Amino acid sequence: MRDAFITALTRYAEKDKNIYLLTGDLGFSVFEDFIRKFPQRFINAGIAEANMMGVAAGLASACKTAVVYSIIPFTVTRCLEQIKIDVAYQNADVKIIGIGAGFAYGALGMTHHAIEDIAVMRAFPNMRILAPCDPAETMACLGLALKIKGPFYIRLGKNREPKIHGSVGARRAAPLHATLGGSHVLKQGTDVVIFVTGSIAGRALEAAKILEGKRISTKVVSMYSIKPLDEEAVCDAARTAKAIATVEEHTVIGGLGSAVSELVAGMRCKTPVVRIGIPDTFCGKVGSHGYLLDHYGFSPKAIAEKIFKLSS
Amino acid sequence: MSGLKKTAQAIRRDIVRMHAAANSSHIGSSLSSVDILTVLYFRILAVGPKKNCRPDRDRFILSKGHAATALYATLAERGILPRSCLSGYSTDGGRLPGHADNAGLACIEAATGSLGHGLALASGMAIAGKNDKYKSRYFVLLGDGECDEGSVWESALFAAHHKLDRITAIIDRNRLQGMGKTEEVIRLEPLLKKWTAFGWSGITVDGHDHAELEKVLSKIPLVKGKPTVIIANTVKGKGVSFMEDRLEWHYKSPTKDQLAQALKELA
Repeated sequence: MRDAFITALTRYAEKDKNIYLLTGDLGFSVFEDFIRKFPQRFINAGIAEANMMGVAAGLASACKTAVVYSIIPFTVTRCLEQIKIDVAYQNADVKIIGIGAGFAYGALGMTHHAIEDIAVMRAFPNMRILAPCDPAETMACLGLALKIKGPFYIRLGKNREPKIHGSVGARRAAPLHATLGGSHVLKQGTDVVIFVTGSIAGRALEAAKILEGKRISTKVVSMYSIKPLDEEAVCDAARTAKAIATVEEHTVIGGLGSAVSELVAGMRCKTPVVRIGIPDTFCGKVGSHGYLLDHYGFSPKAIAEKIFKLSS
Repeated sequence: MSGLKKTAQAIRRDIVRMHAAANSSHIGSSLSSVDILTVLYFRILAVGPKKNCRPDRDRFILSKGHAATALYATLAERGILPRSCLSGYSTDGGRLPGHADNAGLACIEAATGSLGHGLALASGMAIAGKNDKYKSRYFVLLGDGECDEGSVWESALFAAHHKLDRITAIIDRNRLQGMGKTEEVIRLEPLLKKWTAFGWSGITVDGHDHAELEKVLSKIPLVKGKPTVIIANTVKGKGVSFMEDRLEWHYKSPTKDQLAQALKELA
C-alpha cells in the first residue's frame, strides 16, 4: 500500500503544485522520486510530530494541501491534540497518512501497533477516515481524499499486501473508484454479510469460502470509508441478511464494528452483529503480523467459526 | 499621553470591563500583553480596519490564547472587529469564547488556548509564503509559561533549521504562570540563551515600552536567515495597581468596586 500511495501521490503532485508532503523522518527509500521532483514541497520535519502536524495545518491555512506521513502511532496519537485543534477544528486541508494498521509492524512490539486509531479519529468532527484493503483501493482512496478539501485520515497497512480486488474469489471492480461513504463488494452472498476494513479483507474472504462450504452464502464488503460509513450498505444488510459480521484489525471498541453496531442499533430489526476485532487488551505477544493475527482469532477458520455460531 | 499610550489604555479599559462582566479568568495575562498587541496592530502589521484576506497578508497568532480579551479589545480598537462583539465575550450565546477562536472570525488566524501550537502553525504558513514568494511576516505571541511545552521547542528547532526569518516569536515574559513564578515552577532561564542556542536571533526588550517595541519590531529579521525571538519583559496585570505581579489575577475577575478602581487608574 505504501508504494501505491507514493506512486499515486507523486502523480497528483505533478498536476497540483499545492500538494506538500511531510514526514516525521520515516520513509527511507520511499520518497526519493518525490523529493527529486518536488524538493521545495517535501519536508522532513524530523522526529517531532506535534510540530509536524502544526506545520501541516499552517500550510493548509496558506491554501496548501498538506499530506502527512508516518507510522500510525506517531502520526495519530503522538500528535493527537494538534490533529484535534489545528486540523479537525480548523477543517484544515491536511491528509494524514498512517502506515502500520493493526499488527502490521508485528514483532516491533506494541509501541508500533495501531489498534485504537480508528476509535480515536472517529470521535473528531470533520475528520473523514479511509482504510483501504489493497494497493488498488489505496490509490482510489488517495484520489478521493485529494479531491475533497478538508481533513482525512487514511489508514494503510505496510507494503506489498496481496491484491484483493480482482484476486481469485473476489469480485472484479476495476477500474476502482472510491466515494465518500462508499464501499466495495468483494464477494456476493445472501445469508451473512461480512463488513471488513483493511488488508485483513483477504482473511475475511477465506473465511467466507469456509462458510460457503457449510452452505452459508456469505457476502464480503470492503468498508474503505469508515467515516462517513456506507450506511445504505449496512442498513440493507440489517434488513436482508440473517447476520452481520465485522472484521477489523482494531480493538472492538470504537472501530468499524462499533460504527456498524451503532447504526444497526437504531433500526427496527433483530439482525445480530458479531464484532470480530482485537479484545480490549494490549498486545503482550511477540511475533510476526500473521502470528499475531492468528493469536487474536483472525485465522480464517476462527473468523468462520465465530460467524457460523451466530448464523446457525 | 501619546496616541499609542492612549490606545493601550483604552484597550485595557475594555479588557477589565469584559472580565468584570463575564466573571472570567486570565485578566492578568491579557493586561501584560496589551502594549505588545498595541504596537503590533497600530504600528507594525499591514492590517487595516477592513478584514484582510489577502494571501500575502501579515499574520499574527496569539499562541497564548488565554490572553484572548487583549486580542479582542485590540481588534475592536483597530476597527477590525465590531465593537458590539465585545459584549458577547464569554457569555451565554456570545461570539467570543474565553480563549481566542477564529470560528466565523477571519481576523483571528487560529484557534488557540491549548499552549504550544502557534509557532508550528506560523512555520507552516511561513514555508508556504516563502515558496509563494510572499513578503508576509508572521508574529507569534507566546507566554513565558508556555515555553514549558515541548512542542514550542520542536517548533523552535524547525523554524531555525528552515531559516524562517519572517517569523518573530514574542515572549510575554511576565514571570508568572498557573501556580507560581516561572522560575520556581520549572526554570526557564537563561531563556534568551536557550532560543539563541536553538538557532534564533534574539533580543530582550521592555514589553511595555512602545517606542522600544516599535523600534525592534521594525527591524525584523534581526539577522538574515534566522527567526527572531523577542523576550518582552512585562508585568502581569500591568496598568492596574492591585493586579500587578499578583498571581491570583490569573484567575480572579474584578468586583464592581475593583472595576471602578481599575477604570479610574486606566483613565
